[in-house]
Amino acid sequence: MKDEHLILTEVTIDFPTKNGPFRALDKVNLNIKKGEFVSLIGHSGCGKSTVLNIVAGLHQATEGGVILDGREVNEPGPERAVVFQHHSLLPWLTTYQNVELAVKQIFKGKKSKAEVKDWVEYNLELVHMSHALDKLPAEISGGMKQRVGIARALAMEPVVLLMDEPFGALDALTRAHLQDSLMEIQDNLGNTVIMITHDVDEAVLLSDRIVMMTNGPAATIGEILSVDLDKPRNRIELADDPQYNHYRSEVLRFLYERHALPEKAA
Amino acid sequence: MNSISITPSEFSEMEKNDAETIEKPKLSTVDSAVHSSESLKTVKTTDTQTVDKSRKNPYETMGEIWSMSFIRSLIIPIVGVFMFLGVWHIGASQVQTSLGTLPGPVQVWTQFNGLIQEHQQERAKETAFYERQDARNAKKLANNPDAVVKIRPYTGSPTFFDQIITSLITVMTGFILASLIAIPLGIICGMSAGLYAAINPLIQIFKPVSPLAWLPLVTIVVSAVVVTSDPYFPKAFIISAITVTLCCLWPTVINTTIGVSQIDNDLINVSKVLRLNWFTKVRKIVLPSAVPMIFGGLRLSLGIGWMVLIAAEMLAQNPGLGKFVWDEFQNGSSNSLGRIMVAVIVIGLIGYLLDKVMLILQKKVSWDKNAALR
Repeated sequence: MKDEHLILTEVTIDFPTKNGPFRALDKVNLNIKKGEFVSLIGHSGCGKSTVLNIVAGLHQATEGGVILDGREVNEPGPERAVVFQHHSLLPWLTTYQNVELAVKQIFKGKKSKAEVKDWVEYNLELVHMSHALDKLPAEISGGMKQRVGIARALAMEPVVLLMDEPFGALDALTRAHLQDSLMEIQDNLGNTVIMITHDVDEAVLLSDRIVMMTNGPAATIGEILSVDLDKPRNRIELADDPQYNHYRSEVLRFLYERHALPEKAA
Repeated sequence: MNSISITPSEFSEMEKNDAETIEKPKLSTVDSAVHSSESLKTVKTTDTQTVDKSRKNPYETMGEIWSMSFIRSLIIPIVGVFMFLGVWHIGASQVQTSLGTLPGPVQVWTQFNGLIQEHQQERAKETAFYERQDARNAKKLANNPDAVVKIRPYTGSPTFFDQIITSLITVMTGFILASLIAIPLGIICGMSAGLYAAINPLIQIFKPVSPLAWLPLVTIVVSAVVVTSDPYFPKAFIISAITVTLCCLWPTVINTTIGVSQIDNDLINVSKVLRLNWFTKVRKIVLPSAVPMIFGGLRLSLGIGWMVLIAAEMLAQNPGLGKFVWDEFQNGSSNSLGRIMVAVIVIGLIGYLLDKVMLILQKKVSWDKNAALR
């Protein structure tokens, strides 16, 4: 049973277009263990986000399907919380209220007022945002917004945390900082995480497995790389680690040699 | 003068004597600069001004920046208004009408004061009437404690200011009614593409219909439906208010629809992941995110409503500003033209103030504090 946590079977999706259906994904098979950190990497337009959206339930697979803990995924739900690329906080609510909205909705009738408050504050503490509870999203930096987005997702107590390029829009320093926070949080909570990324270093540093996708149309999984580096990982120590650099070059080779940019391949 | 930016003293120089060059006597420059700094509250050295203008940074001091915005936001508009008054004064005296010369600003001001006086006299009469009535009733009761006391309301004609109040009440009734219909309708249209497709042609067809076309219809329907003679809801009032409603529905419907349909897809996804029910989604995500657009629509609607009201009141004989204008037109006394002009200006000012009030409300409720609202 332990192996059967999140299973993607023959996931295929066609999008209707003027010139007939467009096959974005073709037969994606993936088996993710509980507590595993999986990265999806590939060039733009290779359907990474589509895979994530199907797991989230925001898109429906045309063929095949997703099973989470023995139940088929048909619609979005809080047990598969999503951290969106562009934070997607409600701009008229404060940091606290944004998380509170999710907590109130998910623990309706299960948590008392005081418990809701504690839980909101606890999750914002996890991402080190306790100092800005009453700030509106417009008043905090991009990195902070993304932290709040992560806090909101974590507050839903998700079985699987789905992250769509969560740090893509951030500068390198902020990104490194948030990656460290994420590793720490995942170490403590042991959530299953699927993260989309463009960043090879990020993928190697954070993941247990890296799923490398071929270019679309009809994109699918090209190769899966297991990253056997001890956790917790330290980015500075790993910088000179031959094993780390090996993984890194593996991913680079896949992306730039075997599945170069679509224009070059064509 | 080839300077790109104009400092206050330069400005005053330009105004005073554009033809004169820099070589003009220093004393007169000092003089003009002192004049300008008196009104603009800027003190500066006038010598450098005259010697070399091109070298000087026009925004050297905070005081200058302040005075530039002061000129732009106050002095120039005032100059504009006075220019208009001048043109009006001269132009009006050239126009002969059946009611005499077209009144200029001075005559209109006299008429305005006349209307204030009439209002005060009417109020004095009313107070006197009630005092007399009270005294009479008190006397009656003193003679016979069981006497039935009659209290009659004062039935004097409404003054100009009573009519302003009536107009405001009527327009707000129509506007609030319209908003209560338009906002929910817009939300539903914005959320459902199918419903929007169904309703959109109707919006497009009814939007350009003139209030004057609605009015006869509304009059006949209201006359048929409203049978009570409740003094608080006279038919003329209902007819005017409903005509306002029919005309000012549309901007709010359209803006709300656009505002709702433009919600960030990520936010909709958030509501899906949270499994918010329809009502919570509307309340927590859709409405707040469309509020800036909705208020834009409400402002347009109120502006249209105010314009429509005057026409509606004229024809429905609702005792507001429209009726005032109509009555003066029918009256045709030597004062009428001046009084109508007073009404025109007051209508304009009230329309402007209504918009300002909406703007203040909009700024209050809008979460997007960075958006430039004007």
